[in-house]
Amino acid sequence: MGRLLLIVTALLFLGLFLVLPLLAVFAQALAKGFGAYYIAISQPMAWAAVKLTLLVAGIAVPLNLIFGVAAAWAVAKFDFRGKSALITLIDLPFAVSPVIAGMIFILVFGTHGWFGGFLRAHHIRVVFAVPGIVLATIFVTFPFIARELIPVMQAQGKDDEETALSLGATGWQTFWRVTLPNIRWGLLYGVLLCNARAMGEFGAVSVVSGHIRGVTNTMPLHVEILYNEYNYTAAFAVASLLALLALLTLAGKSILEWRQPELRHAARRPRDRTRRVNT
Amino acid sequence: MATTASVALKGRKPRGILPGFGLTLGYTMLYLCLLVLIPLCAVFIRSLSGGWGHFWEVVTAPRVLASLRLSFGASLIAASINVLFGLIVSWVLVRYTFPFKRFIDAMVDLPFALPTAVAGIALTALYAPNGWIGARLAPLGISVAFTPLGIVVALTFIGLPFVVRTLQPVLEELDKEVEQAAASLGASAVQAFCRVIFPALWPALLTGFALAFARAVGEYGSVIFIAGNMPMRSEIAPLLIVGKLEQYDYAGATAIAVVMLVLSFALMFGINALQNWASTRHGER
Repeated sequence: MGRLLLIVTALLFLGLFLVLPLLAVFAQALAKGFGAYYIAISQPMAWAAVKLTLLVAGIAVPLNLIFGVAAAWAVAKFDFRGKSALITLIDLPFAVSPVIAGMIFILVFGTHGWFGGFLRAHHIRVVFAVPGIVLATIFVTFPFIARELIPVMQAQGKDDEETALSLGATGWQTFWRVTLPNIRWGLLYGVLLCNARAMGEFGAVSVVSGHIRGVTNTMPLHVEILYNEYNYTAAFAVASLLALLALLTLAGKSILEWRQPELRHAARRPRDRTRRVNT
Repeated sequence: MATTASVALKGRKPRGILPGFGLTLGYTMLYLCLLVLIPLCAVFIRSLSGGWGHFWEVVTAPRVLASLRLSFGASLIAASINVLFGLIVSWVLVRYTFPFKRFIDAMVDLPFALPTAVAGIALTALYAPNGWIGARLAPLGISVAFTPLGIVVALTFIGLPFVVRTLQPVLEELDKEVEQAAASLGASAVQAFCRVIFPALWPALLTGFALAFARAVGEYGSVIFIAGNMPMRSEIAPLLIVGKLEQYDYAGATAIAVVMLVLSFALMFGINALQNWASTRHGER
């Protein structure tokens, strides 16, 4: 009896807070039929937003990937002083409000910012332009890949790499042929989560973008503009594309967790070092 | 004594044969400094550009205080709701089997994956007076959208996965036998929960609460659509920062930002300390 009550309570809560909002997105997007939906998502401005979103994620995710691999290599394979402080610093962007994340780049690169004069003299636009959006996106997605990879690499230890090196492989060969295949699922997992956030980021990008139509509008910003113009069908149509991306991300995440169950809570408990036995 | 000796030994030990320590650590530090630490320093430096007096004047203005009270108050309520329901959800997901459990488990991460702006307009559409839920609440005299209650709803959505995902691994490791032992010794279900389960869970509950709270305080995208954004009543602190930035009031915007950053960082260090303490306690048992 108690068990049934708990299950029903949990399902009602999740239904109310997760399933209904998701259904609402698709219901509103299709409220005026498929024709209106198709027209809404085939507008040139909507396409410009899709392209900019892909471009921004295409720059921010690989940069954070390189950083994540480098940080995980340093943290997981070596002992040094201040390691836990470094891990805390990598997590720092998670504690920063997205709005503040956007603001810091205005303070540094804006007209009245530290480098504002220099940038204006050389006709380089960072804030209210694509570079600012990329910087803000990198900031908010900064920890994602590193914090997935650090526990994965720690769990793997360094025996495989030491063996490869002692057999005469160079450092790069060891990395490409031994380390990378070992961490590939963890890497993909981090990239998936990082990409979802990079494509969906709103607050930070909103602050640095300047809201210039067709130039600095990513998909989430385009949703906001359409919504504020009371063009609800079009707003929810673009939003439904982002919701589909979210569902694909969750599906991919579940598949990776099914392949590698230890990924599931890896980032949540970096201090449990379950050492894999190398065969 | 033994630990000091081992630390000293570690210091003298060669780093091993693996290459790339200097390169990877150097790159990590460079990237971290350029993209995170130096820009963040800009906030603290700029906030004092008008002097301490101006800083204090900004952060104690009634409108700023009201927005901070709202941001922290609504986040506190939302995180508490998430602790209660997050405990039920994670308990059900770990202990019971029912149809579509895997699917439901995966859905818990939706607030992580769904862009906040999409969540914001979806919740507004649901809770607006003509929405699916709003239309049912309107006859009861309850309005959610465009009131502080709407902010709590949005922040509950945003914080939901934090509590569930922090509790799940702890619940999975919790031995069922301990409860069965308690039951066989005559403890009621409530007694078993209060005396046996809760003491093992509370560090994770508190961590989940703090994570959900920290995320909610800074949240912007999902809130601004549903909040109505009336000054003194339903205007959150991040929105006030955006307003000041649009008026080029950098000293004002950075002053509010510093207050939020200091509180968030304090919370983060608290969470880290709590997790360290909980993991050592767990290890000793």
